[in-house]
Amino acid sequence: MAIDKIWVVAEATDAGLTTITLELLTAARSLASTVEAVAWGPNTSSNAAQLGEYGVSTVHDVGDLGTALPGAPVAAAIAAAIAAGQAPDAILIPTSYDGRDIAGRLSARADLPVLTNITGLVGGDSLTTQHPVFGGAQIVSARFTGQGPGIYVIRAKSFAPEPSGGAPAAVSSLAVPDLGATNGAAVVARHVEERTGPKLDEAPVVVSGGRGLGEQANYAMIEELAKLLNGAPGASRAIVDAGWVPYANQVGQTGKTVKPNVYLACGISGATQHMVGMKGSKNIIAVNKDADAPIFTIADLGIVGDVHKVLPALIEALKSR
Amino acid sequence: MNVVVCVKQIPDPAAPQSLEPGTHTLDRSGKLILDDSDAYGVEMALQLAEQAGGGEVTLVSMAPNGETSGLRTALAMGAAKAILVSDDALKGADALTTAKVLAAAIKRAEPDLILTATESSDGYTGTTPVQIAEILGLPSITFAKSVAIDGSTVKVDRQTEAGYDEVTSPLPAVVTVTAGVVEPRYPSFKGIMAAKSKPVETLTLADLGVTNANGQEITSVDDAEARAAGEIVVDEGDGAQRIVAFLEQLKVI
Repeated sequence: MAIDKIWVVAEATDAGLTTITLELLTAARSLASTVEAVAWGPNTSSNAAQLGEYGVSTVHDVGDLGTALPGAPVAAAIAAAIAAGQAPDAILIPTSYDGRDIAGRLSARADLPVLTNITGLVGGDSLTTQHPVFGGAQIVSARFTGQGPGIYVIRAKSFAPEPSGGAPAAVSSLAVPDLGATNGAAVVARHVEERTGPKLDEAPVVVSGGRGLGEQANYAMIEELAKLLNGAPGASRAIVDAGWVPYANQVGQTGKTVKPNVYLACGISGATQHMVGMKGSKNIIAVNKDADAPIFTIADLGIVGDVHKVLPALIEALKSR
Repeated sequence: MNVVVCVKQIPDPAAPQSLEPGTHTLDRSGKLILDDSDAYGVEMALQLAEQAGGGEVTLVSMAPNGETSGLRTALAMGAAKAILVSDDALKGADALTTAKVLAAAIKRAEPDLILTATESSDGYTGTTPVQIAEILGLPSITFAKSVAIDGSTVKVDRQTEAGYDEVTSPLPAVVTVTAGVVEPRYPSFKGIMAAKSKPVETLTLADLGVTNANGQEITSVDDAEARAAGEIVVDEGDGAQRIVAFLEQLKVI
């Protein structure tokens, strides 16, 4: 069965479609002749122009979900459309907090398998997916074996977003069936955490710290360096698990994928978990006291040395410029 | 307050990993340990049961070869008992099959709350918890930074791109916890001894009435494009200057 029609689960904030949504729309356009979107929230109509610009002909609007989390209603609406015979050939979903909820619920509700952590898609009679394993040292290719649309959950920065210049998408409403108890969760308050400097996954420079920093207080050096380089501070899973820094700072398999111009890894040994999230960086600088640390196998510049000496000197040197 | 925690027993991430020839799935034939990510859910469950003034923490796991060493670690932390699903027919099971198996096992424990990690450290599919919720017809809240119980309601601070949301849900519900939701305890010697005699019920697919309908296959495994070798130097007091020079060369500064 050829891939003719793809649905993309399109996430938006008040600022418009998310970057990963634009990436998925661009990928979908290269794989299928018809690209449609599934969207929710209060702004779907106003996002129709941007969706069209990225090649979407029709956006299926699940509606303003109010205080509900999108997972259950969006998945149920898509599953109902599949059951009614309106199934596309593939459904692309962003790897995001809500995207994974939608994918999991849709998989179980429609009894369809799901492939996640996809970083590449190859078209043809069916789609072949690519997944990095062992820190990105190897790429596993996979495909679905059964009938029904495949559910593909794709990691950020797998494709470069490019508009196609299409007309605004037509908006068509997609009904949500009865959800029973599954829709019980409600958002009672939203908190925006203040951030100075660029977002971790959009910053041109990322300075990350790991266990080699020794103690939580030394993470201040990472934050200072990030500020001096107009970058964002990142972290390995080890120090997030240890409670030194929030989960939002985590780079890696379980955290953010980053591809900055410069990635400066400080006191990070380079566990596979971390490498898969930053291996695509254009230039990698590593400082680690262990000459055998795996991070040096992918570093463009590696300093075998003590972060407690190198980082203060680096901060001084940058400040005095 | 009865809490089920889904825990995964995985190959030691610190040991070399390999894919099995043929199936190309992760080789899980060696000794397995408790996934670090699951220690947070176990600790959270123990604290919530304690705060509720009673109830049990039950572990639910799926693993090959009747593996229990990771379960014993979580039992040593204080969980009361475990349900283990182990069946040769589950080899290479996908996330949906895994969720069906775990959901069927969870039902037996009749929990008020089901806790899991956001994803496992070996397969990291990240969809299984929500698939379980959908199969059981329950609400779910993922990426919890904190979890509290108020009567028959669970209150969660949920990680978001912008910060966090306060989310509530009636019980029973599925909640996935991030690292840092609580500080996991180390098992005490007494706990380790007690864990040896705690009940572990071992079930097969037939016991649960689930079949392995794996809907995906791995077609190939290839080496990724290697990065060109860089310059690795030992810091002789000039490490910072070398970084500055490299950044200048890149016109970052």
